[in-house]
Parts: sequence; structure tokens; C-alpha cells
Amino acid sequence: MSEKKEALFSKKNRKLMTDPLDGSNPISVQVLGICSALAITVQVEQAFVMSLAVMAVLLFGNMIVSAMRNLIPSRIRIIVQLVIVAALVILVNELLKAFMPDVSEKLSVFVGLIITNCIIMGRLEAFALGNKVWPSLLDAVGNSIGYGWILVVVAFFRELFGSGKIFGLQIIPESFYEAGYMNNNMMILPPMALITVALIIWAQRSRNTDLIEEN
Amino acid sequence: MQDLVNIFVKSVFIDNMIFAYFLGMCSYLAVSKTVKTAVGLGTAVIFVLGITVPINYLLENFVLKAGALAWVPFVDLADVDLSFLSFIMFIAVIASMVQLVEMIVEKVSPALYGALGIFLPLIAVNCSILGGALFMQERQYSTIAEATAFGLGSGFGWLLAIVAIAAIREKIRYSNVPAPLRGLGITFIITGLMGIAFMSFMGIQL
Repeated sequence: MSEKKEALFSKKNRKLMTDPLDGSNPISVQVLGICSALAITVQVEQAFVMSLAVMAVLLFGNMIVSAMRNLIPSRIRIIVQLVIVAALVILVNELLKAFMPDVSEKLSVFVGLIITNCIIMGRLEAFALGNKVWPSLLDAVGNSIGYGWILVVVAFFRELFGSGKIFGLQIIPESFYEAGYMNNNMMILPPMALITVALIIWAQRSRNTDLIEEN
Repeated sequence: MQDLVNIFVKSVFIDNMIFAYFLGMCSYLAVSKTVKTAVGLGTAVIFVLGITVPINYLLENFVLKAGALAWVPFVDLADVDLSFLSFIMFIAVIASMVQLVEMIVEKVSPALYGALGIFLPLIAVNCSILGGALFMQERQYSTIAEATAFGLGSGFGWLLAIVAIAAIREKIRYSNVPAPLRGLGITFIITGLMGIAFMSFMGIQL
């Protein structure tokens, strides 16, 4: 650990935040947190609220675990992390129920499933346990935005083609429907979420050929 | 009895954990490279779901639900609602059950431990286990037998999904997939297609 004081937004710290947006994106590269990413992307609103919920849990979880990293015995660290995360998720769930009851209804069990969302445990294990509070905070911001943008993009396409709406507002004009345009109901069904994510991965890896895997 | 079979079949095919709800996707993608390991993890998931869902069912109905504490004698707890605690209780049950199952299996059957051992710790953070508990809570099964049938069915559906994708991935290694889709991308697309195939089970009733 270097004793020299680092600037708050030094190059290294900025990299912590920008890397997860693309090159080490939690969903398309690290393959973390897929479960929830696919299930709640039927509408942009749900995806947006879900990203915010994950962001809140990841931010505080990363900060708390990082602050306690020297106190947690490594044998029981998984349980300790689960308890911290579960407590945060309960808070988020109660807030959602109180202020956004209809979105909370639609997200149903998936708010609770943030507890076992691999992105949370993955970042806590891989980063927060070995780093100071400030870098952990930046890492959490970067990863949750990296997670969020994929969610919102997937939801954008699914809602646009599936029901012709964005954020519940009609985007595709009535005259299109009169001319014979039809919503693609396929997009609302669960399997299309997988295929949309696959297309994003395809686009990302064609651009950034370092990420291509061996067959 | 027919009800139970119906719940079982429904949770294997129609409400399949992977294809309908994407639960347990992380381990599904990570451990599906060969059929052998896929069978190991799938069996462990059936095992743990079959144990934790009934336990969480008891917990839900005798401790957590609104009015569930009415059975306690001497003190009046009939209007206590602890349901906000359910996440933390469920995950605690799951984590400790996984630990317990691991210890018991190690003592009783070293052969089974050899096969499942490395997968058991992974399962504590598999979304399908907590998902099973939360769906059980949301759907309000009326007896413990129904909850168990649901747990075993979901586990079996999960095994089916991961073994199928592992078999396909073993074969796809020999085909010419576009480079950027190799690995993760093509697995997603295949899972999507399998999900579409599974949707044809919709509406099956026994």
C-alpha cells in the first residue's frame, strides 16, 4: 500500500469507474448478475428502478464491507457479506413498497433476489475485501452503471418493439398501426431478452476484438 | 396426489427456473461446459431446493407471516407481522442448510461428496434457491407437500436445462460460430431458442 496520498480522481481511480462500462462490463464480460438483468427488462421503467436499487445496494455494500475488511474473519466472510447485503435489500424493498407500490409489484421477487445477484457478491469478494473505501465506492459506481446501461438498453428495445412504448408513453404513432404495423409480441416473452443480450455482446465484441473467447 | 404431480410438472416445464425466470443463470453459464459437471451441479440444486423450500415454508407459515405467531401460548402475538424479515431469514436458512448438507454428505457418503462437494458452497449464492423460497412465499402453497413438490420440480427443471445446454455446448465446439459470438454469445442465443421451445409446454394440465 503506497503511503503517498492519491488525488481523489487520479487516473487509476477514474479507470476503476470507466472500465466496467465497457471493457470489463459486469454483464457482457464478467457474466455477473444475469438473472435479474433478463427478467425485468420488459419495460424501461422497471429496468431503470432495478438499476437504481442495485446501485444503492452495491454502493453501500461495497463501502460497508470495505470499511470492515480488516474485522471480518475470512472463514465466515460469505455469511457476513450475505447479512450486510440482505439488510440493505430489505431497506430498499421497504422503500420501494412505500413510494413506488406498482413498480414494486411488477418487480415481485426480483428485488429480493438482489441478495444473491452475483454482481453484488462478486464485487464484494473481488474488490471491496481488498481495497480502501474510496476506490471501492468508485468501483461500485462503475459496475452499477455498467450493469444499468445494459439493462436499460435491453429494456428500451424490448419495450419499443414489444409494445411500441418507452417509459409507458406511446412512441410509435397511431398512423403506423393503421398502415398495418404490428407490435412484435415475441419481444415481451422471456426468451427474447436472452437474444437481445446476445446481440449486444455480438456488437460489443465485434468492436473490441480482445474480448473474443476461444471456442 | 394429482395436485402434487400437477405442481411438479408445472414447475419442471412451464415455470422452468431457467427458461421462464432466468434464475441461477450465473452458475448455469459458468458450469455448463461439460455434461458431467452439469449433472453434478444440477443434482446438488435438486437436493438443496428439496430441503430448503419445505423448511422455509414452515418458517414462513409459523413465524414470519402476519398472524403466524398466533400458536405461541401465554403471550398474544396474533397481530405480529414479521414478513419484512423474510429475506434475511430465508438466506440464513439457505446458507446454513447448505453448510449442514455439505457436512452430512461428507460423513455419510464420501462418494456422493466427491461428486457434489465442490458445487455445494456455490449453491448458497445461486439465485434459483432463494428464488424458490420467494416464489413459494408469493404463490402461497396450501400444504407443505405442495411446497416440497414445487421445490423438487424446480430443481428438476433446472437440472434438465443445465444438462441440455451442456450437451449442446459440447457439440457446438466443433462448429463454426462467428468469432464475436463464441462462448457467451452463442450460449445466450441457444438458451433463448430452448426457452421458445419450452414455451410450447404452456397450458399443460394433468
